[in-house]
Amino acid sequence: MGIVLRVGVVMATVLVAAGGIAYLIEHGDRATHYHSFALAAASLTTPAAIVRGALALEPTALIALGLIVLVLTPVARVLFALLAFAEQRDRLYVIFSLIVLCVLFFGLTGHSL
Amino acid sequence: MSVLDFTLVVFAGSLFAGFLGSLTGLGGGVVIVPLLTVALGVDVHYAIGASLVSVIATSSGAAASYLKEGFTNMRVGIFLEVATTSGAIVGASVATRLPGAAIEVVFGAVLLISVYLTISLREQQAADAGPAACETLARRLRLSGSYPTPAGEVDYVPRRVPLGFGIMAGAGALSGLLGIGSGAVKVLALDQAMRLPFKVSTTTSNFMIGVTAAASAGVYLRRGFIEPGLVMPVMLGVLAGSLVGARLLIGARVRLLRVVFALAILALGVEMIVAGLHL
Repeated sequence: MGIVLRVGVVMATVLVAAGGIAYLIEHGDRATHYHSFALAAASLTTPAAIVRGALALEPTALIALGLIVLVLTPVARVLFALLAFAEQRDRLYVIFSLIVLCVLFFGLTGHSL
Repeated sequence: MSVLDFTLVVFAGSLFAGFLGSLTGLGGGVVIVPLLTVALGVDVHYAIGASLVSVIATSSGAAASYLKEGFTNMRVGIFLEVATTSGAIVGASVATRLPGAAIEVVFGAVLLISVYLTISLREQQAADAGPAACETLARRLRLSGSYPTPAGEVDYVPRRVPLGFGIMAGAGALSGLLGIGSGAVKVLALDQAMRLPFKVSTTTSNFMIGVTAAASAGVYLRRGFIEPGLVMPVMLGVLAGSLVGARLLIGARVRLLRVVFALAILALGVEMIVAGLHL
């Protein structure tokens, strides 16, 4: 399991770094725009858009894809816990793990209250 | 400032945050957000987005080493994660509705409270929580465990599980609202409220931090809080900084660092409240 986590973090880092370098080459001399928050400016807000952009090798999409991989590493931890509990035939904790995964899924698909 | 200059400055600041975070065991998130907002004028929504990602990065990055030692209590972790992830969704939902200034004020207040708690709780050893009546839920849910010591495995039973659950929901909400890991709150709940052995508390808390943050991540992404150009240097800087910090952990004067850190947090907390109130 530790290997899965390490691989995930490394993969995410590579994607983010690669995208980052490309991003800086493309945008390095522009002015920054982070002092005012504008939702309309955010184009990469769904996994579908991110994957599409990453396949087209857009720098910001590559970074965003790396971030998705990173966010999935804790999800993998819960999944592994679920599998371990299933192996031990621990029904109660399989259920708890499923609940956590459901909440995670709810959040990761962008839903809020 | 050009994007390149800005990126380098953010990277350097994040290196420092990750380094300090891994040396003192205190979160990088609490440094990243004030650094970005107060020092660099970044809008707080982007700042908490970047901070949240860095929390996941350090949590997963450090995770592999903790699991093997046999301290993490998976049942406690998974059970309490029901609370933290639910709380995180609530917190993140609130964050999407609050104006940035309100988030800044809350953040500053949390910083000040955390400094106060660090100082006041250090000396106080919580009195023994009482008889085994506090352990009923723990036994029912089979949350007890053991941890390795030189003398062999030592058993323990968590106490006051409902209280721990409640505190964890709050920790999750804080994490979702402010983009922090709430690791300190989690350790507090496990150590003080539930009376788990300290090393079990810290490792189990580490297990939970990344999962809690992941719950809010999708909400943040959908609402545009996560700006790739900004998150990139933060994530890379914090990861690199924490790697260096972990190497230097042996022989570091951690106590002195903690004091310096507390003072810095105090100053940053005041600054954030000032900024949020537009004083």
